[in-house]
Amino acid sequence: MLRDITIGQHFPGNSILHRCDPRLKLVGTIAYIVVLFVAANPVGIALSIALLALLYSVAKIPFKMILKSLKPIVPVIIFTAVLNLFFLTGETPLFQWWIFTIYPEGVRYAILMAVRVMALIAGTSLLTYTTSPIVLTDAIENLLRPLGKLHFPVHELAMMMTIALRFIPTLIDETEKIMNAQKARGAMLDTGSFVQRVKALVPILIPLFLSAFRRADELAMAMECRCYHGGEGRTRLKVLKFGREDVLCAAALTVLLGIIVCTRFLFA
Amino acid sequence: MKDTMIDVQDVKFRYDPEQPGYAVDGVSMQVRRGEFVAVLGANGCGKSTLAKHFNAILLPEKGTVLVEDMDTRTEDHLYDIRQKVGMVFQNPDNQIVATIVEEDVAFALENLGVPAPEIRERIDESMKLAGIYEQKDKAPHKLSGGQKQRVAIAGVIAMRPDCLVLDEATAMLDPRGRRQVMKTIRQLREAGISIVAITHYMEEAAQADRVLVMSRGRIVMEGTPEQVFSQTERLHSYHLDVPQAAELRDELVKAGIPMPQNVITPEACAEALYALLAQ
Ligand SMILES: Nc1ncnc2c1ncn2[C@@H]1O[C@H](COP(=O)(O)OP(=O)(O)OP(=O)(O)O)[C@@H](O)[C@H]1O
Ligand SMILES: [Mg+2]
Repeated sequence: MLRDITIGQHFPGNSILHRCDPRLKLVGTIAYIVVLFVAANPVGIALSIALLALLYSVAKIPFKMILKSLKPIVPVIIFTAVLNLFFLTGETPLFQWWIFTIYPEGVRYAILMAVRVMALIAGTSLLTYTTSPIVLTDAIENLLRPLGKLHFPVHELAMMMTIALRFIPTLIDETEKIMNAQKARGAMLDTGSFVQRVKALVPILIPLFLSAFRRADELAMAMECRCYHGGEGRTRLKVLKFGREDVLCAAALTVLLGIIVCTRFLFA
Repeated sequence: MKDTMIDVQDVKFRYDPEQPGYAVDGVSMQVRRGEFVAVLGANGCGKSTLAKHFNAILLPEKGTVLVEDMDTRTEDHLYDIRQKVGMVFQNPDNQIVATIVEEDVAFALENLGVPAPEIRERIDESMKLAGIYEQKDKAPHKLSGGQKQRVAIAGVIAMRPDCLVLDEATAMLDPRGRRQVMKTIRQLREAGISIVAITHYMEEAAQADRVLVMSRGRIVMEGTPEQVFSQTERLHSYHLDVPQAAELRDELVKAGIPMPQNVITPEACAEALYALLAQ
């Protein structure tokens, strides 16, 4: 079923990583990405991957989930690896054939880059596996709050994300219904040439858009009826709390990432 | 405390000021505290438009709407009025904002700036009243239509309104969902909340204290359900039906069997028939 697809792919659980403050997880993920780029040496990358493996096992997320998250970007990884392989030049060629020359620097960089991108994807996936989208939205709103002083619409952004998350299943259901209705009227959705198939989508998208606008109109009214007037003076049911456990996690993560950054100086 | 909750005085409203026709064309009515009023009328007769005047979603072009003596046109009272008069619409899917039931029920209170511990207390209370407390951690799209509509009701009654306006709130529900929502409405009445229910179901209207019938932007009939549903011919002229029990009553009268005029519910009908059989 279409509706079982959710974005973010939350993987519910009760590990310390699941319970941890989402703001810490978000900042931690960003820090991890930065470290991946700062500590761009074999030892640093190896340690980064070891850290990731540790976190995945603490969160009890099966390793095959990593492969699943990597699958869509395999072509990108291969493409960049090939580019690096052929276009990076060094002093002594390792291999030469026709117009292709491969240098050891190219090989080294291609591998490093591929591993780094994979670690980056696996790291961010860990965030979405352990944090539900709604909690993540809260964290983003909370972290961006200082930007509100610069008239950045933080609350509105978070509200839009919440409503989008809320309506994705509803609209997927609706798409299914419209598709069935058009099929019943003889629409050929799964056969024909590419152009024909794209054309067949028009009678699905138009009703979908119209209905989405009507829904938006009604939702806006229902929100007004419940005294919605923007983010000003708003309180929250669930207030994010940075507890003792979070302090410990933050300290541990800082130390570990610090060690990885230090490997940079070993190779200076 | 004053007896009149909502006081509508000679209200006229049209969506397009260029057009001569009014969607609400000179309506005066009151909703008293604790009362259950049903509003009937054919499609497009202006029921929803009138209802939207009760909590300042629409403002009258002529006439005034007073909610507990506050004029809906005064900006200062806007949120007081919306908090006092809650509104539930037809499609539950388009009223639920959040991705978790309890978060949605808390939405209005978050907007009103209620502190977190009090929000917790009030949403628990209203979810219990609406009978969806067991579903509080679920995602709304996993619930049935009747449950979703009760989530919407819970989200409104968390504001502790004095009046709840339901605009065809049972129209999209199956019989079971409708029964659940009607049960919730009865519980709200017992809690002392006034109810204004716009409906196309005559059986629901038969449970009200008072029935208003609208046609072309005006109120054309008003009275207890017994009074209104005894005038079958007149209701037909406004493109409305009577409850099944009243229909049976009319058929029996036509066939020469005497039936009292005030028979509009199955129970009353059964009693009248028992009485006849006993004779
Ligand atoms: N947003 C709008 N803009 C313009 N005209 C509108 C709008 N909403 C309603 N109308 C018109 O106002 C009149 C009254 O509509 P309203 O929705 O109040 O009727 P209703 O009694 O609620 O009907 P229904 O039983 O179908 O819900 C109708 O003629 C309708 O076409
Ligand atoms: Mg209507």
